[in-house]
Amino acid sequence: MTAQELPISGDADVVRVRQAVRAAAVEAKLSLVDQTKLVTAASELARNTLTYGGGGGALVEQVQNGLRKGVKAVFHDKGPGIADVAQALTDGFTSGSGMGLGLGGARRLVDEFAIDTAPGDGTTVTVVKWAR
Amino acid sequence: MERLPILKIGQMLLVSIQVDLRDDMVVALQEDLADRIVETGARGVVIDITALDIVDSFTGRMLATMAALSRVLDADTVVVGMRPAVAITLVELGLSLDGIKTALDVERGMRLLSLAGGTAR
Repeated sequence: MTAQELPISGDADVVRVRQAVRAAAVEAKLSLVDQTKLVTAASELARNTLTYGGGGGALVEQVQNGLRKGVKAVFHDKGPGIADVAQALTDGFTSGSGMGLGLGGARRLVDEFAIDTAPGDGTTVTVVKWAR
Repeated sequence: MERLPILKIGQMLLVSIQVDLRDDMVVALQEDLADRIVETGARGVVIDITALDIVDSFTGRMLATMAALSRVLDADTVVVGMRPAVAITLVELGLSLDGIKTALDVERGMRLLSLAGGTAR
């Protein structure tokens, strides 16, 4: 599977990102529970891109480390960025109408999690889930 | 926008979610459900999520909101059919769905509501 770039500018795009991540996870032979965890994390992050980042995109691709396959998803926006990343990752913290589980919850559901953001400079969140 | 159908069965309402949920559909469902409870005088609501392959924090929160909303309108809500992988993921996400009644399938959900007096007014 080649890398796939998807726009995120509405609720329907969040659904499409979930479907693309699910398809990549099936192809990488992730277990059903791991597929579900990754797709759920992708749903949280795509919604963040839409709600807090004012829209953006997601890059979904299969990755390989030796014999191990996995799926990498990168969510990027050019929104206001996050001033306090540690606070944003804390359960229960929200600047919007959510439960404050999105970012911290997504981190718990994946194997690798990286966030690159600065105030006024947009946000990029990269997650990877490996097949076991 | 596509809206989710709400079926009336006796004194209960059944919402069977069979499509990939968009956030706006969930918000619309919440409003439709409140209207239908008042309109029908239903005492119980069964929300069937058998077909949902994920429940994220937004959907989870809306399920909790719908349960609370029904309660205020004198109806009980049972969420049925959650897949095992979805349950594992929800708990790890940090969402325990406190205050929501659950059952394994529609039949058990309806029985639970009947036992709670949901069918007799």
